[in-house]
Amino acid sequence: MASMAKPGHVGGEAEKTAVIPLRGNEAVAYAAKLARVQVVAAYPITPQTIIVEKIDELISKGEMDAEMIYVESEHSALSAAYGAAIGGVRAFTATSSHGLAYMYEVLWWTAASRMPLVMALVTRAIGPPWNIHVEHADLMSTRDTGWLIAMAENNQEALDLTLLMFRITEDPRVYLPGIVGLDGFILSHTVEPVEVPSQELVDELLPARRQPYVIEPGKPIAMGNIMPDEIFEQHRMDMHVSQRASIEAIREAGKAYLELTGRDYTSLVECYKCSDADYLVVGVGSWMGDAKIAADMLREKNVKTGVLRLRWIRPFPWDELRKAAEGASVVVVMDRSISFGHAGPLYLEVASSLTQDIPVVGVVAGVGGVDISYEDIARITKHAIKTVEDTGTKRIPVLWYHKGSFYPMPPGPLRQREPPITANPLL
Amino acid sequence: MTAVNIKALPRKKYVMPGNAACPGCPETMGFRYLGMALGDKAVTVIPAGCSSVIQGLWPRQGWGLPVLNIVFAAGAAAASGLSRALKRRGIEAQVVVWAGDGGTADIGLQALSGAAERGENIIYICVDNEAYMNTGIQRSGLTPHGAWTTTTHSGNPGRKKPLPQIIAAHKVPYVATASIGYPWDFIAKLRKAAAIKGFKYIHLHAPCPVGWRFDPSLTHKIAQLAVETGAWILYEYENGRLKLNPPSNRLLDPRKRKPLEEYLKLQGRFRNLQPKDLEILQAEVNENWAEIEAILKAQEKH
Repeated sequence: MASMAKPGHVGGEAEKTAVIPLRGNEAVAYAAKLARVQVVAAYPITPQTIIVEKIDELISKGEMDAEMIYVESEHSALSAAYGAAIGGVRAFTATSSHGLAYMYEVLWWTAASRMPLVMALVTRAIGPPWNIHVEHADLMSTRDTGWLIAMAENNQEALDLTLLMFRITEDPRVYLPGIVGLDGFILSHTVEPVEVPSQELVDELLPARRQPYVIEPGKPIAMGNIMPDEIFEQHRMDMHVSQRASIEAIREAGKAYLELTGRDYTSLVECYKCSDADYLVVGVGSWMGDAKIAADMLREKNVKTGVLRLRWIRPFPWDELRKAAEGASVVVVMDRSISFGHAGPLYLEVASSLTQDIPVVGVVAGVGGVDISYEDIARITKHAIKTVEDTGTKRIPVLWYHKGSFYPMPPGPLRQREPPITANPLL
Repeated sequence: MTAVNIKALPRKKYVMPGNAACPGCPETMGFRYLGMALGDKAVTVIPAGCSSVIQGLWPRQGWGLPVLNIVFAAGAAAASGLSRALKRRGIEAQVVVWAGDGGTADIGLQALSGAAERGENIIYICVDNEAYMNTGIQRSGLTPHGAWTTTTHSGNPGRKKPLPQIIAAHKVPYVATASIGYPWDFIAKLRKAAAIKGFKYIHLHAPCPVGWRFDPSLTHKIAQLAVETGAWILYEYENGRLKLNPPSNRLLDPRKRKPLEEYLKLQGRFRNLQPKDLEILQAEVNENWAEIEAILKAQEKH
């Protein structure tokens, strides 16, 4: 995690921005306020709670002109936010982990309704056993739903991406909802200096809400009644096309934001020293800040490493990925979750997107909130390179990094030893 | 309650010909009354159920009101959001949830309770055909005791949930029961509900020819028999105060009710009803009336 903003330095016009120390969740809440969200429906779940609390506080103090719907579950949270969006106002919700799992069917319903709506997802492991710490299993489970998915590296990005997401989802070329992910506790509960743009500036970024249709009295239209299967399939094809079209919308919104704030979101990825890199570390979220430090450490030892951080997971940044991989001899993909029986989800996405015939190593680490430092990432990178060099293998789906050791997981001939089975000290 | 003048009802059709309903469907009857009562101010939210299908195949649409179709459990929640949005936009509207008994009493009960507790400004209508008819007549929490369904081949062992009472216990401003057999009563209740701010609940008894196994020409008659035998009671809670509505208000005396068998014998779902099941059903009816009587007596004292 490395913050983009430094106190005392402001990117755009100084008078139009304030640098405030904010937790990631508060940064998201301020973004919802600045986006002039009118209806918020959310249900508390650790580590998302501060978002809901902060928004309610802003509304109570009269700083935010919105209604909060105090729903009884996440299923209702997204359903109510969706109902509000379809009624013609900007709506917002936020959740984590089990909350996301509980609202899962509504994710599909919202996306296929083509209804712009923004949700913050504070990433967290899914139980059992109960675990409130960071993991990307929840975020990754949303990939097939049709939502746009962005992932913040730091609190500044959590705010900026939330604002940008409103503009992008309401772009007529897109008309899909969007998730902004931020890592539980690492960002959600950690204070960083954040440049908060003024209302005037955000109003310039965000035009009045646009949406494909509105349900209101006097217009007897229906959303969601049965279609012939061929039309249904066309509709799904159209969602896919819109995901692709959103790339242009993202770049344009990024350009507008760059002009307004001086912060650059024109690319779907962040490339850190990857132009001349022999080894490329690919990943999403806050630990990519540590990966950058690891790359610097490795470069000091002449291991020319770069970091490709995917800021967007949907749409998937194929072009940026292929470009960044040019000249690299090993790509290391870091996953903070696993698709049991196969590999890390991000590994699967990266390995299937590269056109170059270069080795791709998938490393699963930090599952369930296990702390991963930049030293770990440097060790992981070196180990992945060595494994490729020693074995000559092109595709290594899972090297599970656990407590300083590497566990090659099936399938494949790489299995060297069993993962540890910790004895129960009580037995 | 203000009487409904048949001549003053809108001529506009809110249920289109060519819709996909079965012959004798109570839901098309009910939706027609809904349109007549509320007119173009109404916006409907329809969770999964028969009414999702009756609309017909896109691009046709059998319901003449705006429809937001929504997942099974989300009727009350989606309506909450929609109602808030329209209010914020300054649009005069009556958001109505049109849900079946499964979407209301079972999978949708949590969202319904939440919306009632929050006092959302919506009308929630439970169109109660007493089983999951859309998926092929499986039992629901509102299936009566002893009834055959495709998941209760030897008769439903449970007892119908007292849903209107459950909602009334939320202390919402308006709760009413209604019946397809008494359109004027239903229309008047809808209009009364529309004039009240806050959460309103109307439980519409809707006999289903396919699921209950009776001739499609008998929907209206069976609905009336349910009321005349006392199996279904027409009443309303206005600000927590209970009142019986005609003709149920004349049936407090059990001697004035028709025998329960008259209602049951026309329905194939009760064909194999055992004498002990009939006793249980009769005891339920007596108990429901005793409860009503007790509440009315308690109200007299206050």
